Amino acid sequence: MDTYIKKIRELAADLLERGEVERVIGFAKGTIPMATSPIAVGSKQEVEKLVFNSTCGLNLANYAIKLKGKIAIVAKGCDSRNLVTHIVENQIQREQIYIIGVPCTGMVDKFKIAALFKDEIIEFEEAGDTLTVSSLSQTQTLKKQEYLRENCQYCTHKNPVLYDVLAADLVEEQVLENPFPDVDRIEALDPDAKWQHFCDLTKNCIRCYACRNACPICYCPTCFVDEAGPQWVGKGQNKTDVDTFHFLRAFHCAGRCTDCGACVEACPMGINVRDFTRKLSKDALEMFGWEAGLDISKRPPLDSFSPEDPNDFIK
Amino acid sequence: MGNLLEHMGVERDRVHFSWISSAEATKFVDVVKEISKKVRALGPNKKFVKDYN
Repeated sequence: MDTYIKKIRELAADLLERGEVERVIGFAKGTIPMATSPIAVGSKQEVEKLVFNSTCGLNLANYAIKLKGKIAIVAKGCDSRNLVTHIVENQIQREQIYIIGVPCTGMVDKFKIAALFKDEIIEFEEAGDTLTVSSLSQTQTLKKQEYLRENCQYCTHKNPVLYDVLAADLVEEQVLENPFPDVDRIEALDPDAKWQHFCDLTKNCIRCYACRNACPICYCPTCFVDEAGPQWVGKGQNKTDVDTFHFLRAFHCAGRCTDCGACVEACPMGINVRDFTRKLSKDALEMFGWEAGLDISKRPPLDSFSPEDPNDFIK
Repeated sequence: MGNLLEHMGVERDRVHFSWISSAEATKFVDVVKEISKKVRALGPNKKFVKDYN
């Protein structure tokens, strides 16, 4: 990872010095271990703040809208797919962004690692495929591959799909026999068991909307849950309102979600919000042969009409 | 949308989609009859129902 960081800093310093971009958006060290936070770097002196490791689970494409000047952005595979989605949806112009592509080897599941420790984690080190995590009472050496986030395990686009420069050599993409085993597991249940699964999933939701705020494709000026006239959905902790929020937010992401996992990363309650969006990703692939954010010249399936579109749902 | 509802446990026969022109009265009647039949077979819906009490 150190070579990644060195290269990102070099590229950022060069871009800022040449005045090609006004800011570089990347990751900075967080205030607690196993956390990184987004940062916008505006001068050459600040580039030392940029880092990159396996805890950069947020999606920086979220910060690349409403741009005035030109910016550079550090983009993993999924971030780059969301930048493509932004371009396709006219939120940014291709010329406004300089993409520093980072071939990604996956991000780690912080909840899974934290569950190994009884007390608070105070240190997180990473060297190649080995993670060294310490709390006050113990130190554990972990294999990164065993602690990847679920969306990273099923990822087939680790390399950026669109970039101006790369921070490292491209990595090998995995080919999955079945990219949606998690969706299949839920589909195999009977209707009541499915309902129960989603009831259990959302029962801890506190409606903080962190999932929505972390999501790069949730950029509506006024979200349907914040709208007061008309009020589409109740604002309290009522179970039906909570479910309605998750159901509708997921549907707004249909054919657009890149399964970047930022929603799950941001959730303070550890809810696997992706259980909703994954079904739609599977449908988009099966019904329209579509994976979001791969090509800036193609319109998304729910945005275009073709006589071949599946029609059997309507009488 | 029907697929995601079904995925969440709302039975497929509860949600119907149809395009009926204002001139297609007979089609409207046929669709309503079919929907009523299918929904009646499922019984009352307990999911996604807001309890105001």
